[in-house]
Amino acid sequence: MSAVDLSLYCVAALLALGLAAIALRRSAAISALVYFGSALLSLVLAGAGVAVLAGAAEITGRVLPVGLPWLGSHWRIDALSAFFLLVVGFGGAAASVYAVGYGRHESEPQRVLPFYPAFLGAMALVVMANDAFSFLLSWEVMSLLSWALVMAHHRAAGTQHAGYVYLVMAGFGTMALLLAFGLLAGSAGDYAFEAMRAAARSPAMAAVILALMLVGAGSKAGLVPLHVWLPLAHPAAPSHVSALMSGVMTKVALYGLIRVVFDLVGPLEWWASPAVIVLGAGTAVLGILNALVASDIKKILAYSTIENIGVIVAALGLALAFRANGMAATSALAFSAALFHIVNHAAFKSLLFMGAGNVLVATGQRELDVLGGLIHRMPVTAFLVLVGALAISALPPLNGFASEWLLFQSVLKSPELPQAGLQIIVPAAGAMLALAAALAAAAFVRLYGVGFLGRPRSDVAAKAIEVDRFALAAMGALALVCVLAGIFPGVMLDLMAPAAEAMVNGRLPVQADEAWQTLVPIAETRSTYSGLLVFLFIVFSATSSAWLVHRLASRRLRRGPAWDCGFPSNIANTQYGAGSFVQPLRRVLGTILLGAREEVAMPPPGDNRPARLLVTLRDVIWDGGYLRLAALINSAATQMNRLQFLTIRRYLSLVVGSLVSLLLVLTIWN
Amino acid sequence: MDRIAFDIAHLLAGGLVLVSFMMIYQDRLYALLNVFALHAVLLSLSVSWQAYTQHAPHLYVTAAIALIFKAIVIPGVLHRIIRQMGIHREVEKVVGVGVTMLAGMGLVAMSIVLMLGLTEAADAFAREDLAFALSVVLLGLLMMVTRRNAVSQVVGFMSLENGLILAATGAKGMPLVVEISVAFSVLIAFIVIGVFLFRIRERFDTVDDVALEDYRGEVE
Repeated sequence: MSAVDLSLYCVAALLALGLAAIALRRSAAISALVYFGSALLSLVLAGAGVAVLAGAAEITGRVLPVGLPWLGSHWRIDALSAFFLLVVGFGGAAASVYAVGYGRHESEPQRVLPFYPAFLGAMALVVMANDAFSFLLSWEVMSLLSWALVMAHHRAAGTQHAGYVYLVMAGFGTMALLLAFGLLAGSAGDYAFEAMRAAARSPAMAAVILALMLVGAGSKAGLVPLHVWLPLAHPAAPSHVSALMSGVMTKVALYGLIRVVFDLVGPLEWWASPAVIVLGAGTAVLGILNALVASDIKKILAYSTIENIGVIVAALGLALAFRANGMAATSALAFSAALFHIVNHAAFKSLLFMGAGNVLVATGQRELDVLGGLIHRMPVTAFLVLVGALAISALPPLNGFASEWLLFQSVLKSPELPQAGLQIIVPAAGAMLALAAALAAAAFVRLYGVGFLGRPRSDVAAKAIEVDRFALAAMGALALVCVLAGIFPGVMLDLMAPAAEAMVNGRLPVQADEAWQTLVPIAETRSTYSGLLVFLFIVFSATSSAWLVHRLASRRLRRGPAWDCGFPSNIANTQYGAGSFVQPLRRVLGTILLGAREEVAMPPPGDNRPARLLVTLRDVIWDGGYLRLAALINSAATQMNRLQFLTIRRYLSLVVGSLVSLLLVLTIWN
Repeated sequence: MDRIAFDIAHLLAGGLVLVSFMMIYQDRLYALLNVFALHAVLLSLSVSWQAYTQHAPHLYVTAAIALIFKAIVIPGVLHRIIRQMGIHREVEKVVGVGVTMLAGMGLVAMSIVLMLGLTEAADAFAREDLAFALSVVLLGLLMMVTRRNAVSQVVGFMSLENGLILAATGAKGMPLVVEISVAFSVLIAFIVIGVFLFRIRERFDTVDDVALEDYRGEVE
């Protein structure tokens, strides 16, 4: 059986599983059945992806007689689809195993179970679609099912608003996609991807399609300024769904972008790429700045997803710039960095969202300021979240470092670009990405330090208990992937090389033969990185220093009070909190970009109330962009409303006037 | 022969445009109906001439339909309606005659320039015909916009339909179905609007559409 047939059967089984969840909603075992089934089918999907990537299965297509009459629907798994199928399957399997445990705490499982496996299936269909109609249909199904999942806890505060914003943004994005595919199909109107690939189009048309795709796929992936739904919807969904939406669905959106921009639209001029690079770098910085000041754990993670999407899009922009100048090897470097970061982010962001889910299950809280000290109560979760936090902060030897290192290697090649504009923009964007990486580390130090270290700030945090084994096993597997992908990055890069080769006509040197798993992206003389050596060094130095300390130090135990600035107090609020930790950064960076204002409310002398520091934050993009746009549309609609109450003759005059003016235009045009 | 055939077709189509102009400045309803009947007669002549030169006998049917319904039946019925309602003395104008005529001339000039530019590949018969037909359509629209009496709006609408038939017969090989459907659509429109006239009249005691606006609570 070919890979595409197998995957289509899997998707059918996933959809059937969703229906079974409706039919058997009274059964007690349905939750475990759905999640185990989803995990198994996801693994098969991932296996199909790996088989095609590794060359074990052929690249084949399949036409199903469903869909538009006489056209049917076309499905195909090529290298790029296979890579994203791997991401979908891998992320889906992890989230499903996690949900076997997590789903038991669901208050209304019938609101999640039917949609969850179908959502997985729809994501797989998006990456397998081989004609525009199937693609858009799968995309919309994916959007609607994820919306249903976001609305699972529809009575919770904020969920309805989140669902509304998400639905509006998804509809808007799909409209842009529809226009983009309409332009791709051109006047011939052939919606098969092969025909779109073969058609010739002008550079301006290609750039318009790129812009529409950035809007359409970018609104799904979370590109600033279309990211507004993401920090609302991801926290509102159940945690395993958040993990899927953040870790996988945003990647499926990027698949749409890559498929069109790198494959279907054909060659793009170099001047199209700076917009992508700047958009990506700006998204990275704004996303992580918002993550720094947010205090809800899942919101922090959602904003950090925006940052990572920005990093990936910037890498894709670099790949476009290099490809337009015929630097195929460097383009492959940037593109591979993007693909690698896609896998990595799927792994550690899923891991972190699951960690947030564990905290939510154990304490019922997502606010950092009521947590603290969880490392004592939930040691396994704390350790696994630490691995995820280290990986997302891009610390060696974990996987986040490997992909960002590759990205910066391609940034360092920018002086070889012939255009002066790119020579200026690319290093500037590189600096912004470096800033974003540093801020990401700060954000996760804050998340981990305030949430897991220190003393508990509330009773629920003090009484938290560790979660079940399924959840921990899924997280453990993800953490292991983070470590292994960091130590053996060459294996991953070789695996995804066919996908990069198909898109940018170039590939990285084969990494498997290098000694010590060293990455040699360009040449040995230029720069190399070996995650394995770094790992071994860390292991060696850590064990030896631990051994030396234990060997040489005194064995007598002495307990004393922790240093508390000379002011002994048992109040947990004297610790650094979520707000105080970030105050310096908020003052330096947030005044303009976040509209942050501080005010000291000092009671008059004699009043014994405490003085308070009030911090107000404004979402500049929401207030300045979206609300203003809404007001504009509203006033325009009010003006247009008059048209509804015209006299019959005025309506006739309108018709005649528009007809005559159109004819006039035609006359002058000729 | 060809030269003369072309000239006569040209003359008849041009006559239609001329009569359309005459309709625009008629401010009494009876006179308007008479001019409309003349319009329909001219249309019928033009269509028969096309039938003769194109050797398309089915076009005679269209010509007959135009003659019987548009030149005789409909004007007759409208005469009766006007008499029944007692509005035959009414004089109505919305925009001044001069302005309307100027606008009409502009429309005719535009449609000729447009059509002659667009149809360079077509044969001369169709080109002239289409240009005049578009002029007649636009003049009919202009009349509907500038009149406020429902009867004269109906007449404007039907002169517009005449323009459509002129266009349909000017092109060679147009099947009969089209003309019949156009003729029937005119007939149906006439019936519907005729019924409406009575209903409006019953309710508001006038066929001036300002009364409708008053009813909606708006005054210009």
